[in-house]
Amino acid sequence: MQKIGVFVCWCGSNIAGTVDVAAVVEAVKKIPDVAYAVDYKYMCSEEGQKLIKDAVVEYGLDRLVVCSCSPRMHEATFRKCAESIGINPYMVEIANIREQCSWVLKDVAVATEKAIQLAKAAIAKVRFNDPLHPGQSQVVKRALVIGGGIAGIQTALDIADAGYKVDILEKEPTIGGKMAQIDKTFPTLDCSACILTPKMVDAACHENITIHTYSELEAVSGYVGNFDVTIRKKARSVKAEICSGCGICTEKCPARKTPSEFDEGLRNRGAIYIPFAQAIPKVPVIDREACLKFKTGKCGVCSIVCPNKAIDYTQEDELITEKYGAIVLATGFELIDLDKYGELGYGRSKNVITSMQLERLTNAAGPTEGHLVCPATGKEPKSVVIVSCVGSRDTTERGKTYCSKVCCMYNAKHAMYIREKYPNVDVTVFYIDVRTPGKGFDEFQRRAVEEYGVHYVRGQVGKVLSDKDGNLTVFASDLNSGKHLMLNPDLVVLACAVKPAKDARKLASMLTASIDTNDFYVEAHPKLRPVESPTAGIFLSGMCQGPKDIPETVSQAGAAAAKVIGLLAKDKLMTNPCTAKCNEKICSGCLTCTKVCPYGAISGVEKEVITLNGTREKRVVAVVNEALCQGCGACTVACPSASMDLQGFTNKQILAEVDALC
Amino acid sequence: MVITEKEKAEMLSQLAATNVSHCIQCGRCSANCPVAWKMDVLPHRMVYALLNGEADTLLEANSPWKCLSCFACAQRCPKGVSPAAIMEAVRLTAIRSQGGNKLNPNELENYNDKLPQQALVAAFRKYNK
Amino acid sequence: MLKDTAKFEPKIVAFCCNWCSYAGADGAGTARKNYPANVKIIKVPCSCRVNPMFILRAFQRGADGVILCGCHPGDCHYSTGNYYTRRRMALLMSMLNFMGVAEDRFRVEWVSAAEGAKFAEVMNDFVAKITALGENVKLRDLRCKK
Repeated sequence: MQKIGVFVCWCGSNIAGTVDVAAVVEAVKKIPDVAYAVDYKYMCSEEGQKLIKDAVVEYGLDRLVVCSCSPRMHEATFRKCAESIGINPYMVEIANIREQCSWVLKDVAVATEKAIQLAKAAIAKVRFNDPLHPGQSQVVKRALVIGGGIAGIQTALDIADAGYKVDILEKEPTIGGKMAQIDKTFPTLDCSACILTPKMVDAACHENITIHTYSELEAVSGYVGNFDVTIRKKARSVKAEICSGCGICTEKCPARKTPSEFDEGLRNRGAIYIPFAQAIPKVPVIDREACLKFKTGKCGVCSIVCPNKAIDYTQEDELITEKYGAIVLATGFELIDLDKYGELGYGRSKNVITSMQLERLTNAAGPTEGHLVCPATGKEPKSVVIVSCVGSRDTTERGKTYCSKVCCMYNAKHAMYIREKYPNVDVTVFYIDVRTPGKGFDEFQRRAVEEYGVHYVRGQVGKVLSDKDGNLTVFASDLNSGKHLMLNPDLVVLACAVKPAKDARKLASMLTASIDTNDFYVEAHPKLRPVESPTAGIFLSGMCQGPKDIPETVSQAGAAAAKVIGLLAKDKLMTNPCTAKCNEKICSGCLTCTKVCPYGAISGVEKEVITLNGTREKRVVAVVNEALCQGCGACTVACPSASMDLQGFTNKQILAEVDALC
Repeated sequence: MVITEKEKAEMLSQLAATNVSHCIQCGRCSANCPVAWKMDVLPHRMVYALLNGEADTLLEANSPWKCLSCFACAQRCPKGVSPAAIMEAVRLTAIRSQGGNKLNPNELENYNDKLPQQALVAAFRKYNK
Repeated sequence: MLKDTAKFEPKIVAFCCNWCSYAGADGAGTARKNYPANVKIIKVPCSCRVNPMFILRAFQRGADGVILCGCHPGDCHYSTGNYYTRRRMALLMSMLNFMGVAEDRFRVEWVSAAEGAKFAEVMNDFVAKITALGENVKLRDLRCKK
C-alpha cells in the first residue's frame, strides 16, 4: 500500500489568508492512501522541511504532495528535501494553491474548495509516480556571446579571464556597438572612446576570445551545455588575413553616396569603408549594394590601389559550425523611428536631430571634428532646445510604454557640455519628470542647472515648425508658470526612446528564449534571476533585457559572465529524467515517432524483445536516446500503439489528474 | 435640487468618457493647442481639475469656448487622454443647464395653454435630462 | 427540467504547457488578475503532450469545457511542439460535433509567459461562454462514473 504525505503551506498569509488550510488538511486526510497530512506556516523554510523529513520517518511515507506556491518556485526545494531523506525526488508533486488559487480568488469558501480539488488532483497523480534517475551530459567548455557592444565585450572578457573560450558574434563590421558612437559618458564626463577602445583591444588580443564580426547567427540546435551553432560570416570582399588596414581603398572609393551608419547619417561613407578609426578588426568591408563594381561591373578602384592585393570581389559567405556550452544574448538597442512624430519636425528640418546625432556632432572624431554646428547651415547655434520623452512613456501606438531610463541623464550631459564649450549658447531642456536615480546622478543633473545655467522647463514641446528659411519655432508649455511658450532655437535635439535591436525577435525564436511585448528578452525571475533567460543555458546582458545605462550594463555583463562560468565549470550536467520511454512489448516498429521528434532522439533498432504473449521475437523497435530527448512528448501522441510514454507525465498520471478534476 | 461639486464632476467625467487617471501631466496637450494662448485654464489643467473633481473650475473656465475641437491635444497625448472631450463635456453641460433654466416643469401653468403639446414634449426631451 | 443558470458552475479543465502558459498562469496570480475558480490547470511539458484522448476523457467524465494553452506559434520551447498541437487540435475540433460535444466547449489559446493579464482575460471569457452554454450533457459514459 502506498503511503502519501500531504503538506499544506500557509505561505504566511499569502495562502492562509484566502484558503482555509485546516479544512484542506481535513479533506485530504479522508482520501485513501493518505497516511499523513499537516499544514505549516512556511513549508519551504528549514523548519518546514524538517517537518516533512520527520513525517517521512515517523509515518514511513513514500510519496509526497506539497500544496504550496508554483512548482516553478519551490519544486526543486522540495525535491531536494525528499532526496535528503531517501525518497526519489520525482516522487514529489506540487499542488499550486498560491498562484492558481489564493492569489486569483477572493472568496474563502470558493478558494478552499479549489485548493482541495487541486490537492486531490496532485494526490491522484502522485500515486502513479515512478522513481526516476537523471542522466548526465557533457558540458562544452566554450561560450558564445551574441553582440559585440560594451555588454558583449565585458561578458566575453570576464568569461575569458576565468579561463574559458569565448566567441563574440557581431553583425556589424566592427565590435564596439553604440558606446563607440558616444562622445562622453555620464556622470563623470570622461571620453567614451577612451574607456571603450582599450576594452576592445583587450578582447581582440585575448587568447581565449575569438571575434566573428560581420557575422550572423544562422542556426541553433541542442540544449544547455551542448548547443550546436552555425554562424554565417558574411562576405567582406576583403581578405582579412592580408589586409593591413591602411585605409587607402576607403579614401579612393568613388561611390560616396551612402550615409554613414556610424555617424548617424551626418556624413557619407564610401562603398568600401571602415566604420571608425579604432574599429576592430581594422579591415574594410564592401557594401555590395552601394559598390559600383558590384552594381555596374565597372570600377575596381579599391583593388587597384590596395598595396596588399587584399580585395576579393568573389568572396562568398562562409558558414562556420561550432559547439557551445552557453549562449549570452547582448544584442543591445537602437533608437525608435520618428516617422510617427511628424509634428516634431524630424526629417523635415536638418536642424532637428536625435541625441545620437548630437553625440556625433560633439565628438572630436565625428563629422565636424567636435564643433557643434547646425547641420543645415553649418553655423554654430545660438540656442538649443532639448526635448525629453520623445516616444517614451507613451501608451499609444506611436511610442513605447516604458521609460527609456538613460535620457534624463544624457540630456543633462549634453546640456552641460554644450554650455561648457559654448558658454554663449542658450540651452533649454523640456521635461515631464527628471528621473535620475543612481550614484551621483541627481547631483550631476543639479550641476547642469546650478553651475552651468541650463534652463529646465517642466512641460513638453508640442510641435516644431520650420519656415521656408529654415528657422525653427518651438511651441511648448511651461507647466509651472502655466504659460504658453514660443521659442526660436537654432537646433532641436530629440531624446527619443530606445527599443531592442531589430533582430531580437528573430533570435528569440531561434533560441526559444522568451521575449516580452516590447521585444525585450524576459529574465527567468525579475528579482532573483535577472541575467538568465527561462531557457536553460541562455543568458542576458545589457540593454537587450531592458533599458540600462553603461554602469548597469557593465555590472550585468559581469553577472551574466559569472553565471556562464558557473555553468562551464561543471564537467557534467544532470539531464532531465522526464524523457520519453518506449514500451518495447507493444511497439510495432512503425517509427512514426522518429518523424515528429524535434531532436532526432528516437531511432529504430532491431533487437530481441519479449512480446505480450511472452514469446521472444527479433524486430525493429523505437529506442529513445535519453541524452538527446528533452521531454516534450510530441512522440507520445503520435504513437499509434500508445507504446511511447513520457516519464513524469505519463498517460496514466495525466488521466488520473483529469479524473480527479472532473 | 442642489447638485454638489462632486456630482457635477462625476457627470462631467461620464460625459467626457476619457480616462483622466492616465494623465501624467506632461503638458503636450497645452503645447499643441493652437489657441492655448487665449485660454485661462490650459488643457492640461482642465484634465487635472477633472481628476481632482474641481467641477467649478471647469465650468467657469473660458477654455471650452476658445477650443477649436481640432483634437490635436487628443491625437498627440502619449497616454490616450482626450482634453478635447472634456471641453466638449463642459460645453454640453453648460448648454443643458441653460435649458433647465428656461423650462422649469413647475412653471408650466404660467405658459399659454394654446402652446402646442408637441412643442412642450420636444422641449422636455431636449432640456430635462 | 430548466437549469438554474445563475447557480450553474461549469467544470473546466485547462491544459497548460510548462514554459509559456503555466508561467502565464503564474503571472496572472502574481499580478492578482482574478479569474473564476472553475478553471483547474493541469501542467504538461508542452502543448504537444496533450493527447486528444485526454480532452475526450475530460468531456466523458463530465467536464463542461476544456481549454488548451501553449506558447505562441514560433515560440515553442521545443521548437515545433505547438505546430503539432495546432494540427492535431484542428483535427479534433473538426470531429467534436460528430462525437457529441459542441465545438465551442473546446478552445486552443496561445499564451506566453509574459501574458498573465491575457491568461486571466481568456479564462474569464471562456468561463462566461461555457456558463452561457450550460451543462455538457451530450457525451457521457456511465461506466466512467462510479
